[in-house]
Amino acid sequence: MQRSFIFVFLFFFSLLARAELTIEITQGVDEPTPVAVVPFAWSGVQALPEDVAQVISDDLYRSGMFKLMPRENMLSFPSDRDSLYFRDWRISGSDFIVIGRVSEADGQLNVAFELYDILKEERVLGEVVKANRKNLRAVGHYISDKVFEALTGVRGAFSTRIVYVTAEQPRPKVYRYRLMLADADGHNPRTILESKEPIMSPAWSRDGSKLAYVSFESGRPAVYIQYLATGKREKVQSFRGLNGAPAWSPDGTKLALVLSKDGNPEVYILDLQQRRLNRVTHHFGIDTEPSWSPDGQSLIFTSDRGGQPQIYSIYLPTRDVTRLTFEGQYNARGRLTQDGRFLAMVHQNNGSFHIAVQDLRTGRVDLLTETFMDESPTIAPNGSIILYATQEGVRGVLSAVSLDGRVKFRLPSSEGDVREPAWSPFQ
Amino acid sequence: MRTMNIGKATALALTVVWAAGCSTTNTSDTGSMGGEPAATTTEATSGTSMSGTSMEDIKNLSTIFYFDFDTSQVKSEAVQALRGHAKYLVANPSANVVLEGHADERGTREYNIALGERRAQAVARVLTVNGVSSSQIELVSFGEEKPAVMGHNNSSWAQNRRVELKY
Repeated sequence: MQRSFIFVFLFFFSLLARAELTIEITQGVDEPTPVAVVPFAWSGVQALPEDVAQVISDDLYRSGMFKLMPRENMLSFPSDRDSLYFRDWRISGSDFIVIGRVSEADGQLNVAFELYDILKEERVLGEVVKANRKNLRAVGHYISDKVFEALTGVRGAFSTRIVYVTAEQPRPKVYRYRLMLADADGHNPRTILESKEPIMSPAWSRDGSKLAYVSFESGRPAVYIQYLATGKREKVQSFRGLNGAPAWSPDGTKLALVLSKDGNPEVYILDLQQRRLNRVTHHFGIDTEPSWSPDGQSLIFTSDRGGQPQIYSIYLPTRDVTRLTFEGQYNARGRLTQDGRFLAMVHQNNGSFHIAVQDLRTGRVDLLTETFMDESPTIAPNGSIILYATQEGVRGVLSAVSLDGRVKFRLPSSEGDVREPAWSPFQ
Repeated sequence: MRTMNIGKATALALTVVWAAGCSTTNTSDTGSMGGEPAATTTEATSGTSMSGTSMEDIKNLSTIFYFDFDTSQVKSEAVQALRGHAKYLVANPSANVVLEGHADERGTREYNIALGERRAQAVARVLTVNGVSSSQIELVSFGEEKPAVMGHNNSSWAQNRRVELKY
């Protein structure tokens, strides 16, 4: 499934081996579920290019919710039900076990995996996945998604992707900005766009096929749409003044964005089919950072109409505006979870900026991060993790935190300033 | 790259004509694609002094104006220099100026882009009040994307909250 995609990329973009992001857990849950992922048996001759069980093991570990049994502690490597002795694994402390085997037939690989509940001695799930030598990582992520969902009740997001912006200053006054695309685990980074001028605000279309972003390559900001499969791109908006903060509607037919062509920043909706522009906000203050509610009926946005930046919601059928945030002097760049219940945002507290989440049902606000200059929150499509940008020393890096604040991660990169992550939808 | 307006194209064309006849060497970079679109007009006007108000008269005026945190109020000490720039622009109606608005890193990026524009607008107002045609002025906000100084402290932030006036 990924192969043709990558193939096209080779043609359209310089597929430079960029510094990868790696994921490190800085705080996990108190009682992670112990799981063993046994190396998959391989009946073929030529070694496989990817260790599927390791991919699964890494994915589960990096969720912060599981304790993975080290391979060197495993007394045996069962690959089917017959060779699996529950008592042995129970003694070694595992609650669940993933086993599997890879076989080859007619140039195609079959990856069979099974998840067992060791305490109940029951098979939880199993499947045979068709694969080839080039998509084994993707197959590993697919299995991780299935296992994660079976164990937590939450759909896994290991098969998703992220985009982010990097900035480097090779010489004084010379900048290099890149829009990067990578797998959700930071692997396989590739350059989508490179420019000497700033690149900002990447946003995924709901089907994951397109990105919208702001590029200053013409000397001023303009909003572009780029098709990931072909690399084809078009400039959709470049009025005088600001052209920024694009956000796709859930049905993919519209783009909310910010234009200041009428004198000050206002939120507009651009109908992509009819190319019709519709102004949404009317206020002399700053209105920016629109984001759609999951049902497409409302937009949330940042406005300083009350004197300080706060997050508001506008119900599109009636244009009724409601203020959502009241705690603190500065709340901006809101993003809603897919169920519409939680609002992740940048919150200023005692002069420093952190990521906070507000329960829109109860109004409760929780500060999730304690890193420095936290901004640009983006929520995983399963609503479990917020990825955001922060500062370590003088460098921008990505970090992440679970929505409940129990698990924290950092995603260091060996070079450049990393910022403005955007998590893809499910694909 | 194709967004260059007629005025700019004209200015660029004039640049070529004037630069060809201009004996003084000018080191400003005209080759940067879109980076500083108005950089070329520096040359366009430096070779002429037909109005009596030339580039020579404004070369000692400040071109960077600083702002306090989360404000877009032009400081009183900036006004005199801006009047000088205004005088030049009024005397040279073919000259254009770009006002680049910038913010410090605190706060969200898109909000800071808006803040940078508001600062550029405040500077533009000082110019237009002093007679400059708004068609001579272009505003571009870079928000916090092009800091003058790196660093997470008050003095770096103070240097980054600015509007840069570029001919």
